[in-house]
Amino acid sequence: MKYVFDFAWLGQYWPVLLKGIGITIELIAVGAVLGVALGIFCAWARALGPGWLRPAITAYVELIRNTPFLIQLFFIFFGLPSLGLQMSELQAANLAMIVNLGAYSCEIIRAGIQATPRGQFEAGASLAMSPIQTFRYVILVPSLQRIWPALSSQIVIVMLGSAVVSQIAAEDLTFAANFIQSRTFRAFEAYFVSTAIYLLLAIALRQVLAAAGLLIFPRRMRR
Amino acid sequence: MKRRQLLAIFGAATLAISPLLTASAALADALTDITTRGVLRVAVPQDFPPFGSVGTDMAPMGYDIDMANLIGEKLGVKTELVPVTSANRIPYLQTNKVDLVISSLGKNAEREAVIDFSAAYAPFFNGIFAPDAVSVSKAEDLADKTIGVTRGAVEDLELTKIAPKNAVIKRYEDNNGTISAFLSGQVDVVATGNVVAAAILAKNPPKRPELKFLIKNSPCYIGLNKAEPALREKVNAIIAEARVDGSLNAISQKWLGADLPADL
Repeated sequence: MKYVFDFAWLGQYWPVLLKGIGITIELIAVGAVLGVALGIFCAWARALGPGWLRPAITAYVELIRNTPFLIQLFFIFFGLPSLGLQMSELQAANLAMIVNLGAYSCEIIRAGIQATPRGQFEAGASLAMSPIQTFRYVILVPSLQRIWPALSSQIVIVMLGSAVVSQIAAEDLTFAANFIQSRTFRAFEAYFVSTAIYLLLAIALRQVLAAAGLLIFPRRMRR
Repeated sequence: MKRRQLLAIFGAATLAISPLLTASAALADALTDITTRGVLRVAVPQDFPPFGSVGTDMAPMGYDIDMANLIGEKLGVKTELVPVTSANRIPYLQTNKVDLVISSLGKNAEREAVIDFSAAYAPFFNGIFAPDAVSVSKAEDLADKTIGVTRGAVEDLELTKIAPKNAVIKRYEDNNGTISAFLSGQVDVVATGNVVAAAILAKNPPKRPELKFLIKNSPCYIGLNKAEPALREKVNAIIAEARVDGSLNAISQKWLGADLPADL
């Protein structure tokens, strides 16, 4: 077993890698913010929303959680144009990630909401808060606080899962690695470098999410 | 230890005899061999549609199979199809298991060193394909166009060289991705092989990929053993005749959905 590593291609291909990192970060930034927003809405609808909305949300959540992400991506990118809905590969990738994270985070957040003691709803009502205010201040924030580690993990999973968007020619970090591999035939090195970058990105993302947790839930962290 | 020695002796003996065996087989002229035997043995692909594949009735079919049958017919002998893979098709010929290789074989210097080639019998090229409405006739016309291509394929490397700076190249994982992107309108133009374009055309899609210009041409030749001038001349004559009387063009229409290019 003797393998001579050759990283000489880095000199020529680092702009490709850099662009790939940029796209991956953009994808997860948009995907995480809008995906969690969608998840909060769905969690509210599924746990406390009007009766007519619940079956629709349940259907959406079950559909997304029980089908592969890659197929959802192909459906959006290759399938929807047949219905006249054309979008670029980046828009398709963003949409797929939002829809995917929306469904998973819905279930995580719903768990947090349903773990809230019944008395808290009544406490909010007794303070003359409207149902919306009760949800916003009394239910949602403590719920999110409870499930924040699980939600952070899910966001990291979605970022790592975003590697498959290279299949629709979105030029993310995996695309960059595949591209370099197909030009230099240095597969080991190309995936070695991209793996290291994904690892660093995932660690950085966890740090960012932990910091965001500190900002959103100051009391919990001080305790 | 003893067994190993024995094996070595056997090996050496086989090696010493084998040139004699092949020499004796090659002593007679291959064309005479075929006519006296009454059977033409042809190596054909089984895993490479539309050149050669197995139909639903388990019978081999394709461009190469039709070509093999055509040559057998013109020689007035029965055609025996021998399925081969792209890796073993030349060894089959060299070891005299077949008389001809009709297996979408391209010509290159390495192969020319070991076998002979007939005239070209089938078009095989990479090109730029787009529907009629898209006007592209040379590399410069690709400016501002979105072109789909399969990443790492020959056409990707060639396209990257010739495409103007402001052409947008979308690289897909495999041919199916490229085809889907074209059919779903994600790209207007694709760079791919004529075989892939034929596979799309065979499905009669609303968007038809028409050839705009060639990127790289590497037509298919019939492979035959070296030092068989009589057989080679005969095969070349059959190809030339088939081109004139239109039977070759009919095969091209049937399997590739396009006329033979004039410069084949």
